[in-house]
Amino acid sequence: MKGTRKRFDVWTNISFLIFAFYILFLALPLFTMLFKSFYNGTTGDFSLAYFVKFFSKPYYTNALFNSIKVTVCVTALAAIIATPLAYIMATVKIKGNSTIRILILLSSMSAPFIGAYSWILLLGRSGVITKFVSNTFGITMPDIYGFTGILVVLTLQMVPLIFMYVSGALKNVDQSLMEAAESMGYSGFSKMRKVLLPLITPTLLAGGLLVFMRALADFGTPMLIGEGFKTVPVLIFNEFISEVGGDDGFAAAISVIVVLFATAIFLLQKFVANRKAFTMSALHPIEAKKKKGIGNIAAHAVIYLYTLIALLPQLYVIYTSFLKSNGRIFVDGFSLQSYRDAFNNIGGVITNTFFLAIVSLVVIILLAILIAYVTVRRKNALTNTLDIFTMFPYIVPGSILGIALLITFNNKPLAISGTALIMIISFVIRRLPYTIRSSAAILHQINDGIEEAAISLGASQMKTFFKITLPMMLAGVVSGAILSWITIITELSTSIILYTGKTKTVTVAIYTEVIRGNYGVAAALSTILTVITVVSLLVFLRLSGQKEVSL
Amino acid sequence: MSVTITIKDLVKKYGDTTVIPELSLEIKKGEFFTLLGPSGCGKTTLLRMIAGFNSIEGGTINFNERVINQVEPGKRNIGMVFQSYAIFPHLTVKGNIAFGLENRKLSKAEISSKVDEILKVVQIEQYKDRMPKNLSGGQQQRVALARAIVIRPDVLLMDEPLSNLDAKLRVDMRNAIKDIQREVGITTVYVTHDQEEAMAVSDRIAVMKSGIIQHLGTPQEIYQRPANVFVATFIGRTNIIEGSLTRQASSYSLHFGSSYSEEISNIQLPVSNKQAELNVKISVRPEEFIITEDQTGMKATIVHSVFLGQNTHYFVDLESGQRVEITQESKTAQILEPGQIIYLKVKTDKINVYDATGELNYTRGDQL
Ligand SMILES: Nc1ncnc2c1ncn2[C@@H]1O[C@H](COP(=O)(O)OP(=O)(O)O)[C@@H](O)[C@H]1O
Ligand SMILES: [Mg+2]
Repeated sequence: MKGTRKRFDVWTNISFLIFAFYILFLALPLFTMLFKSFYNGTTGDFSLAYFVKFFSKPYYTNALFNSIKVTVCVTALAAIIATPLAYIMATVKIKGNSTIRILILLSSMSAPFIGAYSWILLLGRSGVITKFVSNTFGITMPDIYGFTGILVVLTLQMVPLIFMYVSGALKNVDQSLMEAAESMGYSGFSKMRKVLLPLITPTLLAGGLLVFMRALADFGTPMLIGEGFKTVPVLIFNEFISEVGGDDGFAAAISVIVVLFATAIFLLQKFVANRKAFTMSALHPIEAKKKKGIGNIAAHAVIYLYTLIALLPQLYVIYTSFLKSNGRIFVDGFSLQSYRDAFNNIGGVITNTFFLAIVSLVVIILLAILIAYVTVRRKNALTNTLDIFTMFPYIVPGSILGIALLITFNNKPLAISGTALIMIISFVIRRLPYTIRSSAAILHQINDGIEEAAISLGASQMKTFFKITLPMMLAGVVSGAILSWITIITELSTSIILYTGKTKTVTVAIYTEVIRGNYGVAAALSTILTVITVVSLLVFLRLSGQKEVSL
Repeated sequence: MSVTITIKDLVKKYGDTTVIPELSLEIKKGEFFTLLGPSGCGKTTLLRMIAGFNSIEGGTINFNERVINQVEPGKRNIGMVFQSYAIFPHLTVKGNIAFGLENRKLSKAEISSKVDEILKVVQIEQYKDRMPKNLSGGQQQRVALARAIVIRPDVLLMDEPLSNLDAKLRVDMRNAIKDIQREVGITTVYVTHDQEEAMAVSDRIAVMKSGIIQHLGTPQEIYQRPANVFVATFIGRTNIIEGSLTRQASSYSLHFGSSYSEEISNIQLPVSNKQAELNVKISVRPEEFIITEDQTGMKATIVHSVFLGQNTHYFVDLESGQRVEITQESKTAQILEPGQIIYLKVKTDKINVYDATGELNYTRGDQL
C-alpha cells in the first residue's frame, strides 16, 4: 500500500498543477464564452436572443451551411487524393522518394492563407496565369474566388496530413495480407477495396477528423479568397473585431454553436472509429518495388505533378519576394527591396516570433512530458480528465480560443490581454497535443518493468524518472516538439485576435501586409518563414536520424 | 547477507476478486525457492508483493524479523530479474550494472571493481561497454542477472526470466542461474510455469493453483508423492485410473477394474475413515507400468507408439476403454505393433493412490 501511496505524492501534485492550468486557461475561458452567449450585453439578463438572431437570419445560417459544405468537401477530397498518392508511394519505387515525402510535408507546413494569397497571385483576376491564358488564348479562366478557391487551397493544404497518416498505416500492413487476398482470387481494384481499404479505414477516420477540424477552423483562407462566400470563422472574426456594430456576445454565441457542432462530429468519429479499431503490425511490410514501363512513368508523373502543384504557391511567393516592386505592384526586374522593407518596417516581428515560440516550446515540452507521464502511467480520475482537456484544442477553433481568452482576461484580476503571456498561453494550449501525443506514444512502448527495475535497485521516483524514463522518452518528445514548433511559428487564427503591436508575429505580419496589399513585403516575410521551417525540419531530421516526421 | 522470508496469511485482492486467499509460506535463508503453477495462478502477483510493487490486502511478509509490508520497494534490498529483462536501453552494460550501486553511496573505484567482479561471475566481461541492443537474448539475460545481484540483495526475485529465450539457451541459462545463485548464496524466489525448469533449478518448489499452494516440497517429493491429482498431472506426465481399495488384515488391496488387483502396503487412510471399500483415483506415471511376460495383469491393446531413442512411448487402450501412456526402455527387439495385446502391472511402491475427489494422497512416502 505504502508503495502506491508514496507514488501519489509527487505525481498527484504535478497532476493537480497541470489540471489547474487547464482549468484557468481553457475551461474558464470557454465557460466565460458560454456565459456571455446567454447574457444580453446591455441589460445583463439571461436571454436566448443571440441564438435566435443567428438562426433566424439567412445571412448567418448560410455561413454555417457554407462552413459545413467547405469542410465536408475538403475532407472528402483530401482523402480521395491522398490515399492513392500514399498507395503509389508505398508500392512503387519513386526516384527521390524521401525528398518527395519531405516536400509534401513542407507543403502543409505554411499557414493556409499564404497558399490562398499565392493562388490569387497566380489564378486571381489579375493573376499571372489568368492573364497569360487570356492574352494568348483569349479565354477567361474560371473564377478562383469563393467556394472553388477555398476548396483548392485547403485541399492542397490538407492532403499531406492524410497522406502521412495513410503512409504510416500502410507501413503496418503485412505483405502477406495482400498475398493472402491474391491467393483467394482478389486482385487489382477488388483487392484494394476488399482488403486494403478496410485495413486503413481507422487511419482514414483519424486523419479525416484532423482535417475536418482544421478546415472548419481555418479563417485566413476564406478571409482572403472567399469574397462573398462567408464561413463561420470569418463571421465570428468580423463580429468580434469590427469596431462598428460588432458584438462580443453574438460572436460568443456563434462560437458556442461551432464548438458544439465540432464536439458532435468529434464524438461521432470516436464512436465510429472505436467500432472499427484494431491494431496491426507487419512482420514483412509492403515494399516499394521498381515498376517497369507505362505504370512506372504514370506513377512518377502523378507523384511529381502533385508535389509540384502543392509547392507551387510557396515557390511563387519566394519568387515574388525577389521582384522589384513599385508601391504595391510588381514591376520588371529583381531586387532585395522587399527584404529591406521587411526588416526596416517590421523587423521586430521576427524577434517577437522567436521569443514567443521558444518560450512556448519550452513550456510545451515540459508540460507534454509530465502530462504524457501522468496520463499513461498514473491513470486515475484526475489524469483521465486531464487527458480529455488536452484534446480540446482539436475541437475548439483557434480564433474561438483567442476570443475566449481575450474576453476572460481583459479585466482584473487577471488582465493579461495584450501581453506576451496571453500569446504564449494560447500557443501552449493549442500546440501541446502534438508533443503530448508523441510522448505518450513512446511511453506506451516503454515496458513498465524498466521503471520497476530502477526502483527495485533503490532509485527514487524522481531519479527513476529523470535517469531512466525521460532519456528513453526523449526521441518521441522531440518528434512531437518539431511539429509544435512549426505550427507555432505559422499560427494565425489565435494570434490575429490576441496580438498587439508589441507581440506581432511574422505570420500575423504577413497577413496584415497581404491585406494592405504590400505583396512584396508579405512575400519576403513568407520566404523567411519558409526558410525557418525548412531549416528546423532539416535540423530535426539530421539530429534524430529519421527520414520523416510522423504526425 | 541473505534472509529468511516468512509469509503469513497473505491476501491479495484486485477490487472484489481475491487472487490470493490467505497464503502462508516460509522460504529459508539462501534457498532457491520456486513458485510453479499454470498461467494466471498468481505467481507474479505473489512475487510482486514480495518486491513491493503490489499492495497487500492482508497478512504479513517478513524478511527475517522485520515486517516489510510498509517498506518501499527500493528500501527492501531486493534484486529483481524481469521477464522482459527491463534492461535500460540507453545505458551500456556497465551503466546498467552500476545503476543500483550508484544509489548506494559507493566511491567510483568501488563501483567499478564491483561491476568487474560481477561481470566475471556472469561471464560477460568482454561486453562491458556495449549498448544493450547489440547483445543477444542470453547476454541481455546475464546483464539483467548481474544488475540484480551486484547490489548484494537480501533476496533475489526472478519472474519467468527464461521464457524469452530459445529452448537450447533456456537450458544453458538455467544451469548458469543455478550455479551463480549457489555461488552468491542469495535467498532466491523464482517464478516459472515450466515444471522441468523448476525441477532443474530449485531446492524447493511450491506448486500453486488459483492462489493456493497445492504442494510444497523438494523436486523429488513433488514428483514422487504429489499431494493431489492436480500436482500429479501438472508435474511430469501421469495416467489417472479409477479404481477401488479394500482393507486386508495388515495391508490393502488395490483393484484396477475387475481383472487386476495388487496388494499394497504403504497406504495410510485417515483414522476417521472406517469404510471397508473406497473408490480411489490411482496415478500411474508412464514409467511405472510393467509389461508382463506371463499374461497377468491388465489387458491392453497397443494403439500407437513413439520411438524417442532411449525410451519408447506406447499409447494403449485398457479394457475399460481408457487410453493410457506407458514408457519402456527401448530394446533391440521389435517395437510392439498397433493392435497387439499386452498385459500390464504397476510398480506398487511408486504409484500414488488418492481419494475419490483427487484431493488427498493416501500413499505414504516412507517406503520409497
Ligand atoms: N492488475 C490486475 N488487475 C486485476 N487482475 C489482475 C491484475 N494482475 C493480475 N490479475 C489477475 O490475477 C491473477 C493472477 O495473475 P498473475 O499473478 O499474473 O498470474 P501468473 O503470474 O501466475 O500467470 C490472474 O487471474 C490475473 O488475471
Ligand atoms: Mg506471471
